[in-house]
Amino acid sequence: MIWIPIILGVLVLVMILVYNGLVRTRNEVENGWAQIDVQLRRRHDLIPNLVATVQGARDFEASVLTRVTEARAQAMGRIGAGPTGAAAVGLAETALSSALGGFFAVMENYPDLKTGQNFLALQEELASTENRIAFARQAFNDAVALYNTRRESFPGVLIAGGFPRREFLQIEASMRELPDASV
Amino acid sequence: MWEQIRANRIRSAFVVTILGVLLVAAGAAAGAAFAGPDAAVAGAVLAIVIWAVLWMTTISAGDKVLLGIAGARELPAGELPQLRNVVEEMTIAAGLDQTPRIYLIDDPSPNAFAAGRKPEQALVAVTTGLLGMLDRDELQGVIAHEIGHIKNRDVALMTTAGIMLGAIVILGETTMRAMWWGGGYRSRSSNRDGNAAALIGVLLLILAPIVAQMLYFSLSRRREYLADASGARFTRYPEGLASALEKIGGVAKPQADQSRVTAPMYIVRPLRQGEKLGVRGSWFATHPPIQERIKILRAMGGGAGYADYERACQRVTGHGMVGAQTLASETAAVPAQAMGLVGVAGGNKAPAGAVQGAPRGKTAVEEQARAAHPPSAPRRLRDASNAFLQASGYSKQTCSQCAAVIKVPPSLKAKLRNCPRCASPL
Repeated sequence: MIWIPIILGVLVLVMILVYNGLVRTRNEVENGWAQIDVQLRRRHDLIPNLVATVQGARDFEASVLTRVTEARAQAMGRIGAGPTGAAAVGLAETALSSALGGFFAVMENYPDLKTGQNFLALQEELASTENRIAFARQAFNDAVALYNTRRESFPGVLIAGGFPRREFLQIEASMRELPDASV
Repeated sequence: MWEQIRANRIRSAFVVTILGVLLVAAGAAAGAAFAGPDAAVAGAVLAIVIWAVLWMTTISAGDKVLLGIAGARELPAGELPQLRNVVEEMTIAAGLDQTPRIYLIDDPSPNAFAAGRKPEQALVAVTTGLLGMLDRDELQGVIAHEIGHIKNRDVALMTTAGIMLGAIVILGETTMRAMWWGGGYRSRSSNRDGNAAALIGVLLLILAPIVAQMLYFSLSRRREYLADASGARFTRYPEGLASALEKIGGVAKPQADQSRVTAPMYIVRPLRQGEKLGVRGSWFATHPPIQERIKILRAMGGGAGYADYERACQRVTGHGMVGAQTLASETAAVPAQAMGLVGVAGGNKAPAGAVQGAPRGKTAVEEQARAAHPPSAPRRLRDASNAFLQASGYSKQTCSQCAAVIKVPPSLKAKLRNCPRCASPL
């Protein structure tokens, strides 16, 4: 009968390990989200500079600019809610991406703006910001995938009550087709 | 991917333990061979003392020596924004808490390395030659490889393993030398059992450094494969690193820093004068052959995960490299990007096949010959003192007539006109 306490002890130990594993992966998800937050703010902060580069240009379509500023305001209101707001943030950022896509499409018609000093200086920053968001999203989604797998597979599923499922962050990129200023 | 650090710790601990056992055994063998079986324990203690001294020297010198050897300077704020951006992007992709410091090396040879025993003290150094040669996607691949070293804790691992290897080699060489001059226990004693123990001791002393080196180099190569796999995974774009390696391998100029100690941290092995990167592998090489690394990266077939790298590695080399636990940490397929992320000037890729293959047989033979005869103890001592001199600002000048190397202290303001050895004008 000495086996019963030993088996119980091993079971408790396994449960502790599984629980700690869940906590660790959940923290990775939170950290991943914090990084996305930082990079999205960086993106939002860059937009006024971007708008400023075309402010001097005559008859730059005002509707395009309004769309970008409005999408930015929308997106700024979405962040800060933590990973539970991933779906809403994804939608808002996708809308911002598409507004920016329209902005760059219009900019194609202004070659001197495109090769202007202000825009050239911004370009590396814009490219890098988009990359940062992509990489932060990639790291976050990796963490979410691991966390979700852990909490849904045995034996994690037995104690996953306090660990809600997390959603992936999806942003459709459109600044990928950034105008090529070197032409 | 965070799981992989834990998996790596287990394997690293295993190799380092074996090296430690070898070190203690070599110490005991040295004692037995030199002063009889009773001195084995004293020998083992001596081995640990040598190890501790080496360890403390390394820790107290820190990265200064390494950076001094390479002649690196920290990148000033605001300079080269693209390099800084790429490093920060890869920090995010790797999920590191802190961006490594960035160092520049004025060297036309393209290379890069990572240093720092903990991720918080980590740094990445690149040569100016590398920056001039690669486009943004390729630079990203190289930096991702280096960040991979940091993420996988390779610096700490290779330093620890390197110190153990150093202690074993020193122990072996000193004892053999002392026995050569003073005679071993065997020649002074008539005790038969003692004789047998001394003989085994001598054998062990000859074998231990060789085994330790093979362990060390195979560990180093494994970490290179893993860093390549990490680089592909972080960028989701294996072609960036492949294309960068191709360009680097095609140029491969000899480099100023040729210390064997720092070699494992570079993206490709630093070359000596007149040397080319080997095509074939060697048991005593810090890096896998560059062509093989390119081939694996290009055989990943649209994937960018550890599983894809492992499959490609199996196909190209016939053996896996990534390790089961790292693979298990990957829960979903990781597709590669069809193109690199936006680069400012777009990706102008190097044409395939631009690499000039080094003449096959000769290089491999040379490499093995050099590996079979590691630098002698006085040579290593001179390397080390040179490193310290260079770290404290000494410059180097070579006389064209008699080939004397003059180390000029930074305090000397006057220009040297004549060689102090043969008096010919410099």
